[in-house]
Amino acid sequence: MTQSLLILLFAAPLAAIALSFGIRSSRLAEYATVTAAIVDLLVSVPLLIHVLTAPAIFAHSYIQVDPLGAWVILCIALVYMLSSIYAVGYMRLLDEDGRLPLFYGLFSGFAFTMLAACVMNNVGVFWIAIELTTLISTFLVGFEREAESTEAAWKYIVVVSGGISLALLGTVLFYWGGSFVLGPHYAMTWAALHKAAPAVYAPLLLVSFLLVLVGYGTKAGLAPMHTWLPDAHSESPAPVSAMLSGALLNASMLGIARFLSVVNGTSISGFAHSAVVGFGIFSFVIAAFFIVRQTGIKRLMAYSSVEHIGVQALGLGFGGVLGIAGALYHMLNHSLNKSLMFFGAGNAMRAYGSKEITDIRSVLRTFPVTGILWLLGAVGIAGAPPFALFLSEFTILRAGIAGPYRWAAVLFVIFLIVVFIGFLSHFRAMYFDETENPAVPRVLPGLIWRALPMWLSFLPVLILGLWWPHALWSVFTTISTQITGGAR
Amino acid sequence: MFLAHINPLQASIFSSLAVASLLLTFVMLGSHWLRNYVYAFAVQSWLIAALSASVGYFAGYPELYLIAILTALFRGLVLPFLLTRIIARLNVKREIHTVLQPSSSLVLGAFLVMFAFVIANHMNRQSLLAAHVVVLALTIMFSMKFLGFLMLSVRDEAVSQILGLLVLENGIFLGAQILVPGMPLLIEIVILFDLLIVVACFGMLVRFLVVHAGTTSSRQLNRLVG
Repeated sequence: MTQSLLILLFAAPLAAIALSFGIRSSRLAEYATVTAAIVDLLVSVPLLIHVLTAPAIFAHSYIQVDPLGAWVILCIALVYMLSSIYAVGYMRLLDEDGRLPLFYGLFSGFAFTMLAACVMNNVGVFWIAIELTTLISTFLVGFEREAESTEAAWKYIVVVSGGISLALLGTVLFYWGGSFVLGPHYAMTWAALHKAAPAVYAPLLLVSFLLVLVGYGTKAGLAPMHTWLPDAHSESPAPVSAMLSGALLNASMLGIARFLSVVNGTSISGFAHSAVVGFGIFSFVIAAFFIVRQTGIKRLMAYSSVEHIGVQALGLGFGGVLGIAGALYHMLNHSLNKSLMFFGAGNAMRAYGSKEITDIRSVLRTFPVTGILWLLGAVGIAGAPPFALFLSEFTILRAGIAGPYRWAAVLFVIFLIVVFIGFLSHFRAMYFDETENPAVPRVLPGLIWRALPMWLSFLPVLILGLWWPHALWSVFTTISTQITGGAR
Repeated sequence: MFLAHINPLQASIFSSLAVASLLLTFVMLGSHWLRNYVYAFAVQSWLIAALSASVGYFAGYPELYLIAILTALFRGLVLPFLLTRIIARLNVKREIHTVLQPSSSLVLGAFLVMFAFVIANHMNRQSLLAAHVVVLALTIMFSMKFLGFLMLSVRDEAVSQILGLLVLENGIFLGAQILVPGMPLLIEIVILFDLLIVVACFGMLVRFLVVHAGTTSSRQLNRLVG
């Protein structure tokens, strides 16, 4: 059963790619992508339920579906579904009809590589999958072919390739460390590394871990390696921004979580957690400052992603059931909420013809309904109740106060307030400030395609904020035992 | 671990190949001319291929011969060919704007190698002869990392940034041949192919840069800040 679900999960985007490139019709490519994305979402839920009791291993242990991987798959599939629907409405606004099949082919390819990364059991192949996500998304970032987007694509590929090569070095060193314990030949699986880790010479293990942390941290957008992120997220088309922010960052966090679980229970475990907490809090603080004095609307969203990836890192670093559950819940909530934010930003950007916050005024007059969704989403992403991010941030905070990193929890609270004020003051300006000569916004066609995904992401954010389903909690406890390596 | 009972001859062969590769990195660091850069990279790749073959021979890993052939072919021939084509198309001959003079970057590079040695020395737990090779391999792995990042940060020209990234990868490859010759064959091959795709992507992007941004110097890519 798991096997057929898995095949379906990967066959759907592959079919969409084949259709997009094979029959070069824009409409067909749109619908194929949306269908594939819906299939993936429908598959990802039973997949998670199935592997919860029994993780499955295929293909000579190169592929493994475990609860953690299946959870990230669920988050990615959600964003894939939302942003592919949004893309139908948004990409038609760009007047690039001839290149749309190319866009959708790359788009599904991007989703495919991210989903593939989640099921890779071999550490080296995982690295390759993450590298492939970079290569494909580079062309999505540069899709609009303007000077800015080309610049962003170039910076993205150089910074991320450089960073990710550190992760490869770390992976090689991990393997070398393991070879003292398991012999020169062994399969480079997560389980094997986990088994070997306690016996590896501590300084070697420490250097290896720091290298992979910096490497995958670059890809995840942890400060100070986040420099590519605001450029890439702000210059790519809005659906791609949502995918980068809501899906790609999660896939990279998965790498960090897995390596954290490899070193859990070894002599460097404490240091590893401190390092993750350090990067988390640093990202949070840096992002808070940039959010306060931001002028571009999509760069604002991008720095908010740095902030939330920092929060996830904090959750993982605090550890324990609470911390990990909080981080995982945050991953889902952030995926939903940030997609909503990027969709709103894309609408505003297209209607007002500008990326500057100062040009976007009286949003409610232009978007009476989706404008309200966007505003509520902003309140949610700033961490206010009754939205889901409040619950997950609160859980992470509880984990922080209970553990040894109380200082980080205090800083977290202080800068959460800074972010709240900074983020919402931009929205206050956009919604309620009057200007002398207001820009005349363009009326955009294809409203339903752009409004539907906003509703689809807003409603779960609201529901999950009011009610944390018990089933989710049991998923999180299972994953947290897996990460903390209960047996050791 | 074949390194545990390595004999002096093997140790000196591995060391000299590794040291020669490091020296070539310095050639790249000190050179103004992009073409020399590419030649140094090609020779370095050939040395790494020779290293793979000799490790394969002495340690009894026949699959490393395949890796050696592929390395020589891809890194030693195809990549340099692609790079010279990019250079010819861009019509840039030399790195004009360097943040650092080549001489000062050589000095800085030397310090980075020392730093790499200190780290490598801390990570080693082997004894005697094996220790020499292991520390050397780790030192060169880290120093090529550092030097690659140094090149990335002090040079602006798009092609030299691609080369900087390739040096980063060469360092890993070199170290991996000595430290973990038993690493699964599949992964090494896939990483080799991956590199080919990386360079192809970079080539395409460079063309976009010329057309849409009007420059291939990262110094002038300054529209996006803050």
